[in-house]
Amino acid sequence: MELARETTLTVNGQRVARRIEPRMHLVDFLREELGLTGSHLGCEHGVCGACTVRVNGDIVRGCLMLAVQADGCTVETIEGLTDSKELAPLQKAFHERNALQCGFCTPGMLLAAQDLIRTGKKASREEIRAHISGNYCRCTGYQAIVDAIEEVIHGPR
Amino acid sequence: MDLSKAQAAPGVIAVVDGRAVAEYCTPWVAVLAHLKGIKSPPQHAMAIERACWQGEACAAVIAESRSQAEDAVALIEAEWEELPVVVDMDAALAGKPVIHPELGDNICFKREYDTGGVDDVFARADVVVEETFRFGRHTGVCLEGRAILADYNAGEHSLTVYHATQAPHMMQDIFSRHLNIPEANVRVITKDVGGSFGIKVHVYPDEMATAAISVLLRRPVKFVADRLESFLSDIHAREHKARVRLACSKGGEMLAFELDDVTAIGPYSVYPRTSGIEGNQVVNLIGGPYKHQKYRAKLHVVFTNKNVTCQYRAVGHPIAVALTEGIVDIAAQKLGIDPAEFRRRNLIADDAYPYTSPVGLKFEKLSHQRTLAKLLDIMRYTELRAEQARLRKTGVHRGIGLAAMIEVTNPSPAFYGVGGARISAQDGATLRLEPTGMLTVLCSVTEQGQGTEAIFAQIAASAVGVTLDKVRCMTGDTGVTPYGGGTWASRGAGIGGEAVLQAGRALRSNILDVAAALLKLDKAELDIAGNAVVNRLTQEAKLPLAEVGRVAYFRPDTLPMDFQSELTVTRHYTPRQYGFTFTNGMQAALVEVDPATGFVSLLRHWCVEDSGTVINPMLADEQLRGGIVQGIGGALYEECIYGPDGQLMNGSLADYLVPMAGEMPDIVCVHLETPTQQSQLGAKGIGEAGTAGAPAAIMNAINDALAPLGARVTQMPFTPERILKALGKV
Repeated sequence: MELARETTLTVNGQRVARRIEPRMHLVDFLREELGLTGSHLGCEHGVCGACTVRVNGDIVRGCLMLAVQADGCTVETIEGLTDSKELAPLQKAFHERNALQCGFCTPGMLLAAQDLIRTGKKASREEIRAHISGNYCRCTGYQAIVDAIEEVIHGPR
Repeated sequence: MDLSKAQAAPGVIAVVDGRAVAEYCTPWVAVLAHLKGIKSPPQHAMAIERACWQGEACAAVIAESRSQAEDAVALIEAEWEELPVVVDMDAALAGKPVIHPELGDNICFKREYDTGGVDDVFARADVVVEETFRFGRHTGVCLEGRAILADYNAGEHSLTVYHATQAPHMMQDIFSRHLNIPEANVRVITKDVGGSFGIKVHVYPDEMATAAISVLLRRPVKFVADRLESFLSDIHAREHKARVRLACSKGGEMLAFELDDVTAIGPYSVYPRTSGIEGNQVVNLIGGPYKHQKYRAKLHVVFTNKNVTCQYRAVGHPIAVALTEGIVDIAAQKLGIDPAEFRRRNLIADDAYPYTSPVGLKFEKLSHQRTLAKLLDIMRYTELRAEQARLRKTGVHRGIGLAAMIEVTNPSPAFYGVGGARISAQDGATLRLEPTGMLTVLCSVTEQGQGTEAIFAQIAASAVGVTLDKVRCMTGDTGVTPYGGGTWASRGAGIGGEAVLQAGRALRSNILDVAAALLKLDKAELDIAGNAVVNRLTQEAKLPLAEVGRVAYFRPDTLPMDFQSELTVTRHYTPRQYGFTFTNGMQAALVEVDPATGFVSLLRHWCVEDSGTVINPMLADEQLRGGIVQGIGGALYEECIYGPDGQLMNGSLADYLVPMAGEMPDIVCVHLETPTQQSQLGAKGIGEAGTAGAPAAIMNAINDALAPLGARVTQMPFTPERILKALGKV
């Protein structure tokens, strides 16, 4: 399409150059162009958090950012942060605490939780709840997720 | 409709209307013979000439990409003549106007029940209380939208459907009958599903259209509902207005309940389970935990021009429990008896079973009194009441709410099968010992995240005698698993689990036959433990299962001439002795209401649940917690709001509120275990219990907090606005 713009970005450590339609949002690009289907689409209007990815070190709603806006950016997804083992302690805690059921929210939830964990702050349960309050989970009722994050932050209770 | 511009748009493969789809998919009528008098008009996969609700598809665009399809949809030109709508259930009941003239009125289903003697009891009772409660319609909001990929193969006249459904075999039957493809040529494959909660157990017109279009185009066709489409077309539930009355003696004995319930279900009864079941459940479940003998009920299920409603997690229970427990608290208040004590006096005694309720429900064995005692103990009820009284003096308005309940689980064919629905009440499991000593489990119950496969693996491992790491479980493929009902009505563990257990015990016996032949020992001397055949008494390892597998599959020539090993076993299970295997439970909520803002803070929530044998305590807790939070959503936040023209006003997650982590409380769960004697496993269902009881507990807690202020709320969800209105502040 003639509107497509040459866009270059780094995704999970790899440089990617593509011609991208301006209207394509970042998660559609990751899923459909790069086959990185770990980032999910739940609402496509920035509320549910299932599409959370990390751009230049900050977590963003991948459905509210256009792929062309990521030109020159460093994007990290659930796939990259799993391969790098950065999420390993959190993923282990999620498994052990059954902090996921259907798992559709989990990639976004892990990225949101890790965003708090890597500040190094000894967050309370209330602060953990507040930090993930932009990520919708219909299955768990959140308590197990809070438990898992708390365990990574404070060690086993 | 002018489809020509859309047909010419880039990437478009086809644009079809309702007539084109009807050539490939026959319409359906959602009625059940045991819901006497239920009626609904024929419904097509896509509207033909007339659409009855916003969300009924009129045309479909098939394109190479989603964006191309959505671009082309905008090019479809339709000329509409607006017809009068009916959105209010009272107007619907009055037939103003009648949506389907050929049916005569808007009454889909009507039921009356009367034990007799109700008027007498109410006339003579010392205390009679009455209240009208309203429940907003809400929906499942699965994080993953409904999704289907239908792939028709013209050469074989076969259809393979990758479908996010809870009931693959039911869908196989329905695709077969409505698309006229032989049943054995239809395969439904259900892999990971992003949440279902009852939403994905129904027949959706857009999904039927997708399959029909695949046949029409002879190619794979995919449809995924986006969030707006989900709000407009995923089934809604729970829109009720009900008046409930309770008669009591001054000594605090409940004598009779009376119910008058109206529920609005949209313009069609939903196929194939019907939209009559939810109201029917409300009639059945009112007063369920209590000893009263007299009961009268009236139910009207009416058509409206809103989205259709049908069975959603806990089906009718949240309504029935809130009505019962709401009026029970009002009676306790009027009698001046503590709500916990009032319940203790009236709950059915733990030694009264088997017991038949006034509406004819048969309870095998419940534990209401033990449950209440346990709940009051874990929540430190007496201390909490004292703290509440202290805080009230300082202007802090806390409320404590209790909710007792019974719940339908493990339904027999009495639920759907007897009414003529081709919905299986039985499930099957196949267990196969692999040559390496591993165990493959195939089961007809599906996995939506609740942990079905995990507990089946546990049951199979224990039944056969292998470690958990040796078990692989497969579900959700009509081409692979035994035939069965799938996941709904809290039945997976109790029914599918029992089939796995029976198959596992039979396989264990068959493995020992092989081992006895191999070892030339008496089978009675042998057992299986830790992946090996062992001596039953000493537990000394005799033969690894991998060796049993190797010989049975590759060297059967070394076994006796007349011996044939059978290392694949299938068993099925149907609950038959009781129509439903009832569970019981009780929840409590502690809330704080801010009278200045109307905001409710959830401080703590407790649940004591008796669902029979607990297979996996962590998964059981998590089913309760997730269910409770879903119930809290209905009580405090969630409502599909319609305008007077039948348009949904809040079809986005920004406008339709769901529970998020920041507002939810920590939830304490305790399990009592009264196993059902109907099965060897003893498990009852647990998946819906949390959702069934939470709204009532939250409502009673809010009203307990508001009581000293002379206010009461009766319309869910209890938004700040409604609480401030009850307080007379807005």
